[in-house]
Amino acid sequence: MNILDPQGPIAAAERTILVDSVAIMLAIIVPTIAAILGFAYWYRSSNPRAQYQPDWAYSGRVELVVWAIPALTIILLGGVAWIGAHQLDPARPVEGTGQPVRIQVVSLDWKWLFIYPDQRVASLNALTVPVGSPLQFELTSSSVMNAFFIPQLGSMIYTMNGMVTRLQLRADTEGTYQGLSAHFSGDGFPDMMFDVHVVPQLAFTDWVGKAAGSSQALNAESYGKLARQSVGDGQLIYRLDDPLLFQAVATQHIPAAPGPSLDQQAQVSPRSH
Amino acid sequence: MFGKLSWSAIPIDQPIPLVTGAVVLVVIAAVLLWVVVRGHLPYLWREWITSVDHKRIGVMYTLLACVMLLRGFADALMMRGQQAVALHSQGYLPPEHYNQIFSAHGTIMIFFVGMPFVIGLMNLVVPLQLGVRDVAFPTLNSVGFWLTATGALLVNISLVVGEFARTGWLPYPPLSEMTYSPGVGVDYYLWSLQISGVGTLVAGINLVTTVLKLRTRGMTYLRMPMFCWTTLASNLLIVAAFPILTATLAMLILDRYLGFHFFTNEAGGNVMMFMNLIWAWGHPEVYILVLPAFGIFSEVVSTFSGKPLFGYRSMVLATMAICVISFMVWLHHFFTMGAGPNVNAIFGIASMIIAVPTGVKIYNWLFTMYMGRVRFATPMLWSIGFMVTFLIGGLTGVLVAVPPADFLLHNSLFLVAHFHNVIIGGVLFGAFAGYTYWFPKAFGFRLHEGLGKAAFWCWLIGFYVAFMPLYAVGLLGMTRRMQHYDVPEWRPWLLVASLGAIIILIGIVCQIAQLVVSIRNRAELRDRTGDPWDGRSLEWATASPPPVFNFAIAPDVSGEDAYWAMKQRARQQGMDDARPDYRDIEMPRNSPTGFICAFFATIMGFALIWHIWWMVAAGAIGAFATFVVFAWRDHDEYVIAAADVARIDQANTAERRALMSGAA
Repeated sequence: MNILDPQGPIAAAERTILVDSVAIMLAIIVPTIAAILGFAYWYRSSNPRAQYQPDWAYSGRVELVVWAIPALTIILLGGVAWIGAHQLDPARPVEGTGQPVRIQVVSLDWKWLFIYPDQRVASLNALTVPVGSPLQFELTSSSVMNAFFIPQLGSMIYTMNGMVTRLQLRADTEGTYQGLSAHFSGDGFPDMMFDVHVVPQLAFTDWVGKAAGSSQALNAESYGKLARQSVGDGQLIYRLDDPLLFQAVATQHIPAAPGPSLDQQAQVSPRSH
Repeated sequence: MFGKLSWSAIPIDQPIPLVTGAVVLVVIAAVLLWVVVRGHLPYLWREWITSVDHKRIGVMYTLLACVMLLRGFADALMMRGQQAVALHSQGYLPPEHYNQIFSAHGTIMIFFVGMPFVIGLMNLVVPLQLGVRDVAFPTLNSVGFWLTATGALLVNISLVVGEFARTGWLPYPPLSEMTYSPGVGVDYYLWSLQISGVGTLVAGINLVTTVLKLRTRGMTYLRMPMFCWTTLASNLLIVAAFPILTATLAMLILDRYLGFHFFTNEAGGNVMMFMNLIWAWGHPEVYILVLPAFGIFSEVVSTFSGKPLFGYRSMVLATMAICVISFMVWLHHFFTMGAGPNVNAIFGIASMIIAVPTGVKIYNWLFTMYMGRVRFATPMLWSIGFMVTFLIGGLTGVLVAVPPADFLLHNSLFLVAHFHNVIIGGVLFGAFAGYTYWFPKAFGFRLHEGLGKAAFWCWLIGFYVAFMPLYAVGLLGMTRRMQHYDVPEWRPWLLVASLGAIIILIGIVCQIAQLVVSIRNRAELRDRTGDPWDGRSLEWATASPPPVFNFAIAPDVSGEDAYWAMKQRARQQGMDDARPDYRDIEMPRNSPTGFICAFFATIMGFALIWHIWWMVAAGAIGAFATFVVFAWRDHDEYVIAAADVARIDQANTAERRALMSGAA
């Protein structure tokens, strides 16, 4: 999950910006820290060799320099931020080999649902993607806010009920990585980690075939059961009965998930059960 | 009869809150018993609880902050302990308990430690620095303090009656809406902040008015000590930002209590609006906390370098620039919401621009030490520790202001490390510097230096050991608020972090010991002159502790560093032996308005949380009646006769004269 070990172009570009920005700032901050410690030590009151000028409190030249140093640093970093924010806008399409894969993500209490509308399959708590293909995510939430984040692929983004956020990623190396929710969403929040399987194109086709033959179907009814609060549901695959399920969730034709069940709601304090 | 309140609200089956609650109750009962048996109650009532003296109120604010720091830190220890053990396991805290702890930790540390600490120091010091007798609205000041105490009390009641919020310190809807948080936790949060928020707002109005309208003769704006400038900036932000918080929380209250739909999923509610509003308050809030700390460091660095503050006007400009820009950056708290690149870039750059005046401040402190005579007393150690630590926090802050970097680091433990880096390294170090620096002014004796230095080193080292690993584990992808986790690589860093928390604990023990030892040795540590540090501003021109009227004769100011100039004149020309023309002084009478009002507000808040509507009405009527009674008062001032003023002032002048001749 090391974000300094990126496995895709977005994460790599973001890591570069992160490292470069730190380097630019260290160039200013390390000498400043040295000067703070050095000045404090040299001008200690017990040092007879240090000059003491009790009224020296202004110097136009020094003022100019102390405004210029942070200002120039920030102009440089501001440029990095402006260009970076545009080039790495989460919604901006990513180049890649092979067919783009559309994935619709729904954060549930407390698990992740991944819908592949073009393949007519879906999966729970495990994301399988072909290596090198542009991955086009559309994301929403069944209830409360979460943030979808695969540290080694880059760019987290919020999921919100009744709204769709967009994210474009690409994975360049086969392997299994981990994703998580990066926004607190209630008691089961720590259990929202999921696996990301980056597999060859052919293996992805195989996986789609396997999911399409799954005995479990994802439709409004099974989604309604999934939307109830639970943890530890494991990783499941579905054939997708209703290709417009995501739209139904995002446009609230399927209402937001109910939260704690009624017997829990009757209790004033969660401690009392 | 009692709304939602029933015996099931008491956590009989939960040993941790139950035992903690029992211990706290026993301690409170013991203290109360001691106070009553020893007959201190009338004194406490007369001289402290009903006091409208800004110095006493300042001390009580600071005391509240210190007590709540212990509570907030206990939460921190529990969190570090939980994360140290919760690899592949549930640890010792179930989620519903752990989630309350981190929510309470954040809420307490910001609202009931940071805020009362800086407001307390501003209250204590600013009127003295301005050379005036009190703040603009003394009784309102008392009301503000007691309402803050009400908020703190309600948060602590939630420990044993019901629950606290389980939503994080900012209760983002829809998680905080009735659908997903049906318990009373969020209501505890909302009402304690609404009530204490009123207290903070009146404190802000009071201090802004004091700085703008009450300054002694010759104290022009550009002669005010830096701490007065940062007080002005910080309180302007309070006046501008706290109403946003109140309105936002009021909307959430309407959602929860009356079925409105401001932030719900259904019926057109919009959670993004909550995030925008709460951070439109929340970002100025961090500058409300840190600007007074910058002021404290300015005073301390200048005093202990034996030089005026370098680039004073530049510092004033930087302070006011931060004050204005801090309102234009709130969106950087949610770059990951998917706003367009232009929005993200503009807010990212605006956030970085704040680093310019902040950087200028660091350099100006640096050049204040340059060609000075630096004395490493405890307040100066906190200041140097701050400068180094805050630079690192500033670096990581600018880093997360770069949107693409934030896409990786948002909500991670890297971010947690960043804001602790600036809040501990900035606000808390500043508060401790101010506490050590002004303690002799408030109480007439200095704090023990050795233990103070030990506390400083424990805090400094403990901070680095506790939070540098969190930066690392954030880079390993760990997000905040995890009650348990399955990633073994995170574990070593979290273990080191808990070691750091223990080092900080030793620092806190040193601070408690320092207070106890200093009180016991107060005769040796006595400050007879009122000027223990060779100070430069007017608070050192009066006795320690200052008489109730602060200054017998209103000081006449003719430049920056007013008291330093007076001392220079006295050194060159000798002390002025002419007996000043003492006059009668009118001072505001003490008033129980604040305390009684807060008493009713506590009842009302508690009743609102538990839906006990008759009690809500009783509390509201009581609080309102208190105000009406106060508004119809006949006498609000009393007179200190000129002879008494002369007697009190002459004693201090004699001490100072003895010191002067001794030094010569």
